[in-house]
Amino acid sequence: MLALEAVRKAYGRVEVLHGIDLEARAGEVVAIAGANGAGKSTLLKILSGAVRRDAGEIRIGGEPAELASPREAQERGIRTVHQELSLVPQLSVTENILLGDLPRTRGLVDWRAAHARAGALLARVGFDGIDPRATVGRLPVARRQMIEIAKALASEPRILILDEPSAVLAGEDLDRLFDLIRSLRADGVLVLYVSHRLDEVMEIADRVTVIKDGRIVTTSVPADTSPDEIVRQMAGRRLAQVFPPRRPQPGRELLAVEGLTREGAFADVTLDVKAGEVVGMFGLVGSGRTEVAECLFGAARATAGEIRVDGKPVDLRTPKQAIAAGLALVTEDRKDTGLVLDMCVRDNAGLATMAKVRRWGLLDRKRQSAMVDEVVDELDIRPRGLDRPVRHLSGGNQQKVVLTKWLLSRPRVLILDEPTRGVDVATRVDLYRMIDGLTRTGLGVLLISSDLTEVLGASDRVLVMHEGRLVANLPSADTDEERLLAHSIGVAA
Amino acid sequence: MNAVASPSAIKARLPELRANRGLVINGSFVLAFVVLVIVAAFTSDAFLTESNVTNLLRQMVTTGLLALGMLVVILTGGIDLSVGSIVALTGIMAAGLSAHMSVAAAMTLAVIVGVACGSANGILVARFRLAPFVVTLGALTTIRGLSFVYSETPITPLKPGFLAIGTNTVGPIPVAAIVMVVAFAIVQVFLTRTSAGRALIAIGGNREAVRLAGIGVSRHLLLAYAISGFCAGLAGVILASRVGIAQPSVAVGFELNAIAACVIGGASLAGGRGSVVGTLGGVVLLALIDNLLTLYDVQSYWQQVLKGLIIVFVVLARRQEEER
Repeated sequence: MLALEAVRKAYGRVEVLHGIDLEARAGEVVAIAGANGAGKSTLLKILSGAVRRDAGEIRIGGEPAELASPREAQERGIRTVHQELSLVPQLSVTENILLGDLPRTRGLVDWRAAHARAGALLARVGFDGIDPRATVGRLPVARRQMIEIAKALASEPRILILDEPSAVLAGEDLDRLFDLIRSLRADGVLVLYVSHRLDEVMEIADRVTVIKDGRIVTTSVPADTSPDEIVRQMAGRRLAQVFPPRRPQPGRELLAVEGLTREGAFADVTLDVKAGEVVGMFGLVGSGRTEVAECLFGAARATAGEIRVDGKPVDLRTPKQAIAAGLALVTEDRKDTGLVLDMCVRDNAGLATMAKVRRWGLLDRKRQSAMVDEVVDELDIRPRGLDRPVRHLSGGNQQKVVLTKWLLSRPRVLILDEPTRGVDVATRVDLYRMIDGLTRTGLGVLLISSDLTEVLGASDRVLVMHEGRLVANLPSADTDEERLLAHSIGVAA
Repeated sequence: MNAVASPSAIKARLPELRANRGLVINGSFVLAFVVLVIVAAFTSDAFLTESNVTNLLRQMVTTGLLALGMLVVILTGGIDLSVGSIVALTGIMAAGLSAHMSVAAAMTLAVIVGVACGSANGILVARFRLAPFVVTLGALTTIRGLSFVYSETPITPLKPGFLAIGTNTVGPIPVAAIVMVVAFAIVQVFLTRTSAGRALIAIGGNREAVRLAGIGVSRHLLLAYAISGFCAGLAGVILASRVGIAQPSVAVGFELNAIAACVIGGASLAGGRGSVVGTLGGVVLLALIDNLLTLYDVQSYWQQVLKGLIIVFVVLARRQEEER
């Protein structure tokens, strides 16, 4: 039914898929497992036509397929239910399910037939309880997920891709999903099931394929393997001399957090960062890491808990207060929240420190340039030129500009949220060196990452988050990727 | 250092220059000017006369000041539709108040009213997070109404001093045009050399990044709308002074000319991009077109048609040049 041969994909200079071979038959449920950044999402995007592969063959039902656009993928019978729902909240359930394909009589929409058809599809998904006339935005998330699946089934696909469908489903809903998958399998549909929840995978899949670092490492039958085994394969081992050796000598406590809670995001987080220390924070997407960082930086409000900087309790309601307290946050998405892309390197790097270079109400551009230039030089940002719009820089150099901005504000604790996402290897090495160098000057670093190798290699100890809670605090020397991953998935012994 | 930069080297650095100097070096734009002026000079005897040039300069002041304030707001990613109405309100208030106090005091008060109108817009946009389009659309109607409430009928100011700022000249150059140029210079310095100015532009580019840099976003948004209100107030006072009579129905639709000038000058309505020099160019271009169509005796409805088409054409030409 579906065959992939040596499929490759690179974003810029970074290759994320190094030749994927995969074969799956009709009437099969194939689970795809892999840690964050392993290349799962890219693979799914290629299959759904959202991005194009650089090389390799894809055959569907024996015929070569280009999959150049989502439309082509759909015409070939591939339907994807994405993690982020793609429903229009203002429209009715019926309109969402039959969008673009509403039944018509004499040019007008035949609403009775439309609702009937939507109702039938919902019944097939096992959700005849949903009123097709209801407005989607008013329904709970689990219902929306089922509507999304009903929508995918409306065109009777031959291949159905489910990306983390169970993220919002639980208990009875999950049972219904599994019933549905089994009935699809009986009808000869190929189901690709992507999930972090290994117990589910073991229950529903006929085969489990593990992706690691852009390669398929194993494919096995659930009966022959175990969640522990799969975790080991997902974690694997990478040999790389990219991390400078750490000899941590933690000094006094710089940042202390007690019982920090933000309702709906995370609860009861207690941690501390000492001078000269790199504390890693690992967790899957959605585990609450980023939200913790935002609360520590005053970008979001915590609902309970205490934060102390240098022993003094601080009230962080705005980023301005957090900066004044000596904190800095390099956010996870530099294009969305870190940079003003149309402005130049100097403006971006100097954005948080304009007050320092003001004289008689005017910006002293010379002093600003000198200040920025010093750090730019140290971080080796290329190409040179403070007047260059950051839009034209590579991902790695853009990240360095963001870092420059925060180093200029002279923080005592630097919070880095996914600092190496989309950054090439050479720049990564630079960044790790820089982090190491900063801690030697007495800075404390909180390094949030979903890259196992990075979080282990660059930090002195690692905190693990799982579903909004801190579940582990392990010295890097005494742990390994497997243990971290097990904690983050919630299967640690 | 290279003694002479080669043309290709300059071309390679263009995006850089555009983004940072606030300068717009744009071929089709400059070409449009040159062609217009040459054609005008050859085909119309009246064009290069001193009185026409003075007139031309005087006429661009209102649009110029409005466009300047508009640019500041557009840079933040907003829009100010209320400026035409502010022109009417401040003009008629200046004329009315001048009967009771000195001309200078009346005009100052009127401009303060303009700033107040802009600040009200700013508060609604910044603190209550309402869409700028909606807020200023409401203000457009409200402030127009207030002008009629203040005086249903036109007011003719009696003090001769009232006409000074709008009609006096230094040589052939109107005082009002000098005021406008000074205002442009001040805003240019504000946008390129003050932290508030840089913050304003940055907000239009990426509001969240600015917030996370510890900069108060609301404060700066409010400032932008206040500046627009100030410019509109100044324009209103000068217009009333030039015409010698203040009407509550004046300046309907002027906000659109101001927006057109900004856009012709390279401003992006999405915010974060635009330049003072470009906007000035847009203002001059619009004034030239108006002036020429009048000199050629084109019927006024056809003037509108032609002007609209020219605006679209210039923006289109700019876009293609930028994409190249």
